[in-house]
Amino acid sequence: MSALDELMSEARQQEIDPPARGFHLDRREFLKTLGGGLLVCVAPVREFAQESGRQWQGHELPTELNAWIHIGADGEVKVFTGKVEVGQNIRTSLAQLVAEELRTPFDSIAMVMGDTDLTPWDMGTFGSRTTPTMGPQLRNMASAARDVLVKTAAARWNADASTLTAADGKVTNPHTRESLTYGELTRGEELVENVPSDPPLTPATDWKIAGTPLRKVNGRDFVTGKHRFPSDIVRPGMLFGKVLRPQGYHASLVSVDTSGAERVPTAKVVHDGDFIGVTAEDMHSAEQALAAIHANWTVPPQISNSELFAALKKGSSSEDSRPEFASGSVPQAYAAAEVKLDQHYTVQYIAHTPLEPRAAVADWNGDKLTVWTGTQRPFAVRDELCEAFHLPAKKVRVIQPDMGSGYGGKHTGEAAVEAARLAKASGKPVKVIWTREEEFTWAYFRPAGFIEVRSGTRRDGTLVSWEFHNFNSGPAAIQTLYNVPNQLVQFHPADSPLRQGSYRSLAATANHFAREVHMGEIAFALGLDSLQFRLKNLTDPRLRAVFQAAADKFRWGRSRPEEGHGFGVAGGFDKGDYVAACVEVEVTPERKIKLVRVVEAWECGAIVNPDGLRNQVMGACVQAIGGAMFEAIQFKDGRILNPHLAGYRVPRFSDVPEIEVILIDRKDLPSSGAGETGLVALAPAISNAVFAATGVRLRSMPMAPLNAIPGDEPPRFQS
Amino acid sequence: MADFLLQVNGEELHVRGFAEESLLFALRNRLNLTGAKYGCGEGQCGACTVLLNGKATHSCLTPLSSAVGVQITTIEGLERHEVLTPVQEAFLEEGAYQCGYCTPGMILSATALLREVPHPTDEQIVEHMNGNVCRCGTYPRIMAAIRRASAPAGKGASQ
Repeated sequence: MSALDELMSEARQQEIDPPARGFHLDRREFLKTLGGGLLVCVAPVREFAQESGRQWQGHELPTELNAWIHIGADGEVKVFTGKVEVGQNIRTSLAQLVAEELRTPFDSIAMVMGDTDLTPWDMGTFGSRTTPTMGPQLRNMASAARDVLVKTAAARWNADASTLTAADGKVTNPHTRESLTYGELTRGEELVENVPSDPPLTPATDWKIAGTPLRKVNGRDFVTGKHRFPSDIVRPGMLFGKVLRPQGYHASLVSVDTSGAERVPTAKVVHDGDFIGVTAEDMHSAEQALAAIHANWTVPPQISNSELFAALKKGSSSEDSRPEFASGSVPQAYAAAEVKLDQHYTVQYIAHTPLEPRAAVADWNGDKLTVWTGTQRPFAVRDELCEAFHLPAKKVRVIQPDMGSGYGGKHTGEAAVEAARLAKASGKPVKVIWTREEEFTWAYFRPAGFIEVRSGTRRDGTLVSWEFHNFNSGPAAIQTLYNVPNQLVQFHPADSPLRQGSYRSLAATANHFAREVHMGEIAFALGLDSLQFRLKNLTDPRLRAVFQAAADKFRWGRSRPEEGHGFGVAGGFDKGDYVAACVEVEVTPERKIKLVRVVEAWECGAIVNPDGLRNQVMGACVQAIGGAMFEAIQFKDGRILNPHLAGYRVPRFSDVPEIEVILIDRKDLPSSGAGETGLVALAPAISNAVFAATGVRLRSMPMAPLNAIPGDEPPRFQS
Repeated sequence: MADFLLQVNGEELHVRGFAEESLLFALRNRLNLTGAKYGCGEGQCGACTVLLNGKATHSCLTPLSSAVGVQITTIEGLERHEVLTPVQEAFLEEGAYQCGYCTPGMILSATALLREVPHPTDEQIVEHMNGNVCRCGTYPRIMAAIRRASAPAGKGASQ
């Protein structure tokens, strides 16, 4: 798959629907606003360049401006990118890459991110794409900028450029010992430089700033409370807004009485078609006004948890399924196999639950709209606003302050549109912050899934047949990296009863759960060690390396679990990342699962920031505990039954085991993104460990929704 | 609407608001102290934690009227003359956050713990901190930061 295909496939999975519009700002105009200096533009990523002419939603991907670097007279380097910081530490690691190639101190770099008026168009921050796509583009630009600076110095000194050196934000002539700072070199100039297609890049083995464990660049603002998250933005004269929600999904409004709301001091009701909202001068009054609205709705009958998997297996009424991968002859190989297994696995809908719910502040200035909001896709939110208010792109500015995370859950602009609608009606800036209940109900969920696996194996442990069907949860990481000559791997879209969308690791979690639990089942059926069985059927050296690293550290095969404990292993690959985990669980006499120890080995090419990477991988292990063990959305008749943290349990301090993260740094390989894949190995490793401890096989995520092993019965849910 | 006199971060501040509105809303929306965060509004996540007379308290469940006459400390009140508290320093040194949205609540909860128990065991840290959610999953680093702040070299939490 080419990089472009991969990106477009990812985009499709991320429910990226609204049409995007082009980017119009003139580069020389932009340079004027920056007061001269050196502006470096256009860094075609090589794979994209070969796909010239291909478009994505009107954007000419290969030639679109993806980022700019500007070097000012004071030597400050401003990097403009539409990517956003959501806790993945990309503000820091992208700056490291620029500083490295530009040969300038790390603290001279300022990242300008996620502002639709200032940064070039960007599809969004998702799919672990920032490091592998934006990283190389910024490195190319920084390398080209350095080249321009060296040539500028050479011209001033009438020297041979190849004899000059660039380091620490200066160009130096070693013969004359003259030097000029980058700021001095760009002063008074108005330079716009386009990047050659293939500038020389510094190999990771020579990195001095990239590859080092720098801490979050603006960490101090987070420990002092100074950082303003989207929900912290304040505008002069700002009002507070709330929006009336239906009583259930697909509900129709029968009648509404807003007179009570009108009586709340300072409150005003905005009623426009199906949209009913209120504004007030303070949040408390806005809440009071909303509560005073009496509305009657009819909610049509809808599917509940209990009918979910049967519904998903019915497939889709509109989309066809096609094999993701097929080879050999599965029916013949399966028929001839000595050991046959046929099982199914399920995953429930789960909620992203970003601690900062959706929030937006909208401010109209004449017909120009500015919205501060928490989103992974500021340009897509701009498009939503343009469509909602019939505005051209240049009349809408979306600004994304570094936000209280998203995990794939903030691709859409609901709060932005709501705040803008209320602000338009009131003539004043309006802030809308969703409640936790709104976030649980009116955002979207990680898809639920039903997965069937049929395998055929020879007695000696050789896989011969592999059939894998995923209903609804998605095709990410659906293919097995184990060697099997006869395969049928298929994703079946389904009509999801709930609104679903992107999630950290998306379907890779469900597909790894089914595949790696099933591998454990085959190993047991054959009486083979679970790790040895995997390695016997695996040639991919990078995946073998992480399995081996995790196993060595865990002392797999060299230590035995104590009574009531079990060991489990699982691993896999997605988005350029290789991961393997060994876990130890304890199952108490009350059949409660206690996670004791996790060793996770990880490899994603050359490591850009080992501290940020370790934080991501460890955080992924912790977040994965929730979906593995207890997170599940309960729904009935178009309503969410557990839209509160009291009823939807997320991992807490007391759930965290001893976690060791092993990072394998492959400086010879390109860096891939690391925000997601760290989740995928944990759940199957836990299932395998629980089986080792108890002989009970858990095939449904979450595995212990009541904190106890449910046995072979389908899991019940706590309401 | 009524006038309330609050003692916030060592200052006396007049606030006009409703007796029953939450201290969280009053701090954030009337005093522009946005360090305390809304996370759930139900005392389940700890993002809104502030100190009332030194005790970690959910400001989302505290009515404005009941915050009168007590010393309120928010995250903005910890730093003095650009000097961070040992707990803030420890969070920086351990890199104990990802998105940072839970960080003010975490730091204030940890500050209250260390004031009461200067050298807590891991079990005591977990028990005290379990009401604070970090959805990014940085709990191991937050534990490390609290241990660091409680170590003798760090001289415990001074705030």
